[in-house]
Amino acid sequence: MSSVITRVKQKQIAQLIEKGKRLDGRELTDYREITIEQGIIERAEGSARVLLGKTEVLAGTKVELGEPFSDTPNEGVLTVNAELVPLASPTFEPGPPNENSIELARIVDRGIRESKAIDTEKLCIEPGKKVFVIFVDVYVLNHDGNLIDASALAATAALLNTKMSKYQIEKGEVKLTSGYTQLPMKKHPITVTFAKIDNKLVVDPGLEEEQVMDARISMAFDDDDNICAIQKGGNGYFTPEQIQEAAKTAKEKAKQLRKKLDW
Amino acid sequence: MNDKPEKLIDKKGARLDGRKPDELRPIKIDVGVLSNADGSAYIEQGKNKILAGAYGPREVHPKHLELQDRMLLRCRYHMAPFSVQERKSPAPSRREVEISKVIRESLEPSIFMEYYPRTALDVFVEVLQADGGTRCASITAAALAIADAGIPMRDIVVACAAGKVEDTVVLDLMDEEDKLGSADVPLALMPNLNAVTLLQMDGILTVEEFEQAVNLAIEGCKKISVIQKESLKAKYVDVKEVEE
Repeated sequence: MSSVITRVKQKQIAQLIEKGKRLDGRELTDYREITIEQGIIERAEGSARVLLGKTEVLAGTKVELGEPFSDTPNEGVLTVNAELVPLASPTFEPGPPNENSIELARIVDRGIRESKAIDTEKLCIEPGKKVFVIFVDVYVLNHDGNLIDASALAATAALLNTKMSKYQIEKGEVKLTSGYTQLPMKKHPITVTFAKIDNKLVVDPGLEEEQVMDARISMAFDDDDNICAIQKGGNGYFTPEQIQEAAKTAKEKAKQLRKKLDW
Repeated sequence: MNDKPEKLIDKKGARLDGRKPDELRPIKIDVGVLSNADGSAYIEQGKNKILAGAYGPREVHPKHLELQDRMLLRCRYHMAPFSVQERKSPAPSRREVEISKVIRESLEPSIFMEYYPRTALDVFVEVLQADGGTRCASITAAALAIADAGIPMRDIVVACAAGKVEDTVVLDLMDEEDKLGSADVPLALMPNLNAVTLLQMDGILTVEEFEQAVNLAIEGCKKISVIQKESLKAKYVDVKEVEE
């Protein structure tokens, strides 16, 4: 990004924010329009597409049989991966996951894992031997800012849409049978991201806002208003007061966003 | 595998290693421990043993990564295969990639990056032994390594975690508390500017508990900052004594 243009833009955006306004006319704590569509990929066990303004993220889940981790023999396994697909932005390149896609996947993963969203004990077939493994693959299709919230929302929506095959155990062998059950979900984690621009916090930063922000902070909340994951990013800092302000705002925003999910 | 302790905090409020909830582990820091690096530091915090080395400002390789208006900061956080209970593959894991990124982002706000355009500063962190809270101890050591390299900084970043075990908000979690406790909040601070440069969390906390944890972590950072600055001075005091 050309740094001269960024600085000019930063001034414009900062002046607007000073007046409590934003480039696209939103209030400082407004999200862009959100659309969630579930079950749009028939081959996937679960799927959801989230539109957050022009940001578009598709999450698909696959369910396979596998082995549990040795320290949690009675629990199924969750794996989250994120792809910044090259068609989504001129800044994305083909190749192995870079630190941005790894960070994105790990933030989404932490929100689901730490909120105990999935009832992983119900995914156990034979303790220590056979469990269901849930793969969540987040596919960023169009990048217009705030990939974190869009991806986290798509992942939660896809999990809510996930079906698992029924099974029988015959002579010690696990056999998948016809019919499906819903993936057992206990919580519905929602992640809310703020950008800090010129010492003010704005919710759901768009791409231009992200290009000029000093830092960002993302907070995931569970259904009981507990914080379950946080990640600060970017080359700036937050004051302790800004962090508390973000936590309080995020708690309310998470409640509103959760209403957009069907379960 | 180790047996799980029954209680992380006993009835008298003592933790597994006898600490009070708001007590840090013993910390020992040495500055200038590597002769080839431009700056270096070694930290022991509990059983953590971590080395940090800084190289730069130096030429950028590959050249296309050069920034025209400021220095390029690169950080690598890496764990030795023998640093944990079960051997860790030396190939960088996704966890290490993420931690490298957040360490870089925690240090960059403190450095006058614009003083050295078209150069790179490489910071390498090697965890020789891990005991919980390695990213925080790594930041504390890395900031000293950069200071030791003579790079101008606004403040010396210092980091410490707080968290929750057995319904108590505690400071500076050790390995068992990190794994078995209910939340972990690593935080990095520029103490003179009162600015938080790293904040992560995993686990479950109410907003009120989170506020407590943040405040406790900030207090911990301030305590470590005193030790950190003493250790930096000690390098030069020692040189003086040799000369006399």
